[in-house]
Amino acid sequence: MASLCFRGLRTHSSLLCPSSLFSTRNGVFFCTMQTTKTEKTNTRTDNTKRTQIKASTSTNTKLVKENEQRLNDYEAVIGIETHVQLSTVTKAFCSCPYNYGSQPNTTVCPICMGLPGALPIFNSKVIECAVKLGLALNCKLAMTSKFDRKQYFYPDLPKGYQISQFDVPIASGGYVDLDLPLEFGGGHRKFGITRVHMEEDAGKLMHSETGMYSQVDLNRAGVPLLEIVSEPDMRTGIEAAEYAAEIQRLVRYLGVGNGNMQEGSLRCDVNVSVRPIGQAEFGTKVEIKNMNSFSAMHRAIDFEISRQVLLHNQGLADQIVQETRLWEEGAQKTATMRKKEGLADYRYFPEPDLPEVVLTEDYVEGIRASLPELPEMKRRRFENMGLIMQDVLFLANDTNVCKFFESAVDKGADVKMAANWIMGDIAAYLKNEKLCITEIKLTPQELAELISFIKGGIISGKIGKDILFEIITKGGTVKAVIEEKDLVQITDPSEIEKMILKVIEENPQQVEKYRNGKTKLQGFFAGQVMKASKGKANPVLLNKILLEKLHAKS
Amino acid sequence: MISAIQNPRIQFLFQCRHQFNFPPKSRHFHRSTILLNSASSSSQVLTEKTLTSTSPPTSEILTIRKSLLSRERKAVEIAEEYLNRLRLTEPTIKSFLHVSENVMKEAEELDLKIERNEELGVLAGVLIGVKDNICTVDMPSTGGSRILQGYRPAYDATAVKKLKQSGAILVGKTNMDEFGMGSTTEGSGFQVTANPWDVSRVPGGSSGGSAAAVSARQCVAALGSDTGGSVRQPASFCGVVGMKPTYGRVSRFGLMAYASSLDVIGCFGSSVADTAILLEAISGHDIFDATSSKREVPSFASQFISTELLESKPLKGLRVGIIGETLGDGVNKPVVSTIKDAALHLEELGCTVSEVSLPSFSLGLPAYYILASSESSSNLSRYDGVRYGNQAAAEELNSLYSDSRCNGFGPEVKMRILMGTYALSAGYYDAYYKRAQQVRTLVQKSFKDALRENDILISPAAPSAAYKMGEKKNDPLAMYAGDIMTVNVNLAGLPALVLPCGFVEGGPAGLPIGLQMIGGQFDEGKLLRVGHIFEQTLQGCRFIPPLVA
Repeated sequence: MASLCFRGLRTHSSLLCPSSLFSTRNGVFFCTMQTTKTEKTNTRTDNTKRTQIKASTSTNTKLVKENEQRLNDYEAVIGIETHVQLSTVTKAFCSCPYNYGSQPNTTVCPICMGLPGALPIFNSKVIECAVKLGLALNCKLAMTSKFDRKQYFYPDLPKGYQISQFDVPIASGGYVDLDLPLEFGGGHRKFGITRVHMEEDAGKLMHSETGMYSQVDLNRAGVPLLEIVSEPDMRTGIEAAEYAAEIQRLVRYLGVGNGNMQEGSLRCDVNVSVRPIGQAEFGTKVEIKNMNSFSAMHRAIDFEISRQVLLHNQGLADQIVQETRLWEEGAQKTATMRKKEGLADYRYFPEPDLPEVVLTEDYVEGIRASLPELPEMKRRRFENMGLIMQDVLFLANDTNVCKFFESAVDKGADVKMAANWIMGDIAAYLKNEKLCITEIKLTPQELAELISFIKGGIISGKIGKDILFEIITKGGTVKAVIEEKDLVQITDPSEIEKMILKVIEENPQQVEKYRNGKTKLQGFFAGQVMKASKGKANPVLLNKILLEKLHAKS
Repeated sequence: MISAIQNPRIQFLFQCRHQFNFPPKSRHFHRSTILLNSASSSSQVLTEKTLTSTSPPTSEILTIRKSLLSRERKAVEIAEEYLNRLRLTEPTIKSFLHVSENVMKEAEELDLKIERNEELGVLAGVLIGVKDNICTVDMPSTGGSRILQGYRPAYDATAVKKLKQSGAILVGKTNMDEFGMGSTTEGSGFQVTANPWDVSRVPGGSSGGSAAAVSARQCVAALGSDTGGSVRQPASFCGVVGMKPTYGRVSRFGLMAYASSLDVIGCFGSSVADTAILLEAISGHDIFDATSSKREVPSFASQFISTELLESKPLKGLRVGIIGETLGDGVNKPVVSTIKDAALHLEELGCTVSEVSLPSFSLGLPAYYILASSESSSNLSRYDGVRYGNQAAAEELNSLYSDSRCNGFGPEVKMRILMGTYALSAGYYDAYYKRAQQVRTLVQKSFKDALRENDILISPAAPSAAYKMGEKKNDPLAMYAGDIMTVNVNLAGLPALVLPCGFVEGGPAGLPIGLQMIGGQFDEGKLLRVGHIFEQTLQGCRFIPPLVA
């Protein structure tokens, strides 16, 4: 490619550098840039600011507490716009690949750079993803939809317009089911989906340390996105966060994207307003951006609700204005990014470079038939298998865990025991080692085997644990480990009796004490026998025979 | 008075009727009486000069091919001949923004290929000019705009790639109205091109550079682009053949977009055959243009009937509709009579000519200007000085944008961006853009109806012959009105061929007038066939400008 030279935008420091974009005045964040779209990729999490979090959360808690009683008089109304980056092999309108973290401007071409004369060519994989997600969200599909141009100027938008869908989105009018975690009160929820549409992502701006210039990275420009707009059906931060988590699960179940919030593959813009309970009209809505985890969403929304309720209580409801606020992870609060001065006019019009998107019944039915079991169906099925909701939510949360669990059950593992092993020792190990369940050497087959050995009394639970850790790290089969280490439980009463008699023989003093009433010593004997058996003696048999022997001569 | 004009066509009427023994009267054409009257009255002013007989144009491309294959001439000789003429005429005509340094080198390479008996592409050794809004890797491409001064594209437009694959030698980049917005080529950000027939007049536009270059024989053929008549009107003004193909026939990939739903790449040649060969070379589906058609490309030129085999009525049965709305008020009278003469000629070739009415015709112009401006306001957003092109030094982002665009764009472009932005704005969209789209549907329907009754439609290519430079520069509405003949065809996406059919008075040797033939979708083959017969049987007119004659 010739002349891929990007010049720095010679701009005033207060305009393009996010660190100097806002200047603090009287505690309110003040933005100097009003007419152009403001930086949206500033997603740095500051580890260095941890200490500040503690300090400010305490003040936040105070704020929340003061407000708590009054909070009950108000109801929050929350709607979410979610951008899902699709993990198609190529971009939406050209054949460039996209890999997060590539060197700037290495995956670009005349089309995604918006060079003169370049035209978009549509990647049909994007339609497939949109139809999948549309069906998964129970939407009605538009058999004929079209692309439109959304026009605005910003250096990360190479063509000066974004190819999007305006008045005819590919899917609309759906809903999503989810179950809230028990620690947040539990319960089933159904939230409406207004629409799902296809569009392209913009590039990224990289601001120099000095703030004297900015550079454009167009690697991300033209990457396909699905925008999912929810109905304003959520009422609390946790509902909103769980909604987003369910979208992430769907995206991952369907395999249309990686749903990674840190990388910006899943981005949520949340609209929050509050109104006195009983009031029919919505209050003034505020948009919150820049949350890069579900817990950040939860906290950001709860903060924003408190902030707005407080203003209501102070009689300052008129200070709630239509604006975009950024969640500041460091300060644990939202702050004004830009005020909206009337509605932005994007001058949408039909994209003349692309033909209409026409779906056929056959195409849609083919995709419908190929859909995997979705999280909601899975949860209901797990519930019917006799698992408690806590287990259900854990297992259905991650497709890989889910696959592992189901595969183990298929191989004959006891449902509850398999759930316990996965959620207990395996999950703990994964967490410690920062691994994914697909990265360990233990197979579902071996977990099933292990469980059946324990259940059949061939090995003890304790030995089972040792075997598990052995296999997780080194691989191999349960059988082989048991054989190799001679770990089969001793269930032959005569063999156990022999060991018991030997221990009694070797400890005459303790036997004496026991027989004189110090019955607590039974544990000591059991321990000695277990030790002698290298832990293999069946504990039930051992205790039974031990008691017999200890009492035999008295 | 019509009779005051020295019209070489009129003299032809007499000649050909005599030669071919055509019937004295054409009954099918209801205005034929008037036509014949005007012809007879103007016959009094015929001069000796116009009576000198001329031969019909021949295909330069086929001639070059023949002489190369027979080793009669070398490619370098041919290239040199054109380059010499270019050097000689360019100071006056100014049709090129850039002339390639590789012409002689490429010709030498071709001669070596011929020596090695390698297979030659259909355009081997043919010097072709390319409009400056069509991207070329090895030459700057500015779209006639200062904002892209010195810009070198990273890729070849599909049409250019196809030309190169066919063995063509690209001469250079031709001048144009900035981004195609204009009808005189005076809107170029760099220079004003002159009309080879009269250097005080405009060559038309926006592909004025291409038309003038072919007319002055600076190159064999040229590519242009046509959004509202930008190939056809300059072809008419410069006396060359211009073809606007069906929307989707030729890939737009690499054509700097003006109005995406109307833009097409078109061809110029000094004969219908050359135009046909060039069109065939650049046509076809392209995966890089989602709006390009998958329809197969017929071999246009091979369907031509050689002149010797023509019957006395070679176009017998062809139904020709002359669009009534194009001969009324606002159209130059001599132009009208020239077109009527052309209609007569078609009748004499066996066509049935009748007048058709396109009721939505006058609505096309305002609808066109709204749609084209709207799309251009969007298409030109990318010229922001950020990634390429001239960037203004600015303190902050908004001034970076406004200064770069303010310095880079010319007044006509700014005006159309403003108009288009306005038309697409919230609250105005329905009143302007949406209504214009409705008109577009009406226009498409009325063409469809007219083409059900007729095989082809004819009209003038422009309401007047080439006018003086500066004449309409400060009167945009007058300039826009000049597009009335051509914009409807773009709205309908139909193919249209313009070929010189006569002269009107003006300049040192008269000014050429183009006849526009409009066909149904993908009917280029028919238009070219009819055009070829028309051209080969049209006698007494020699469309070589005095500058090079």
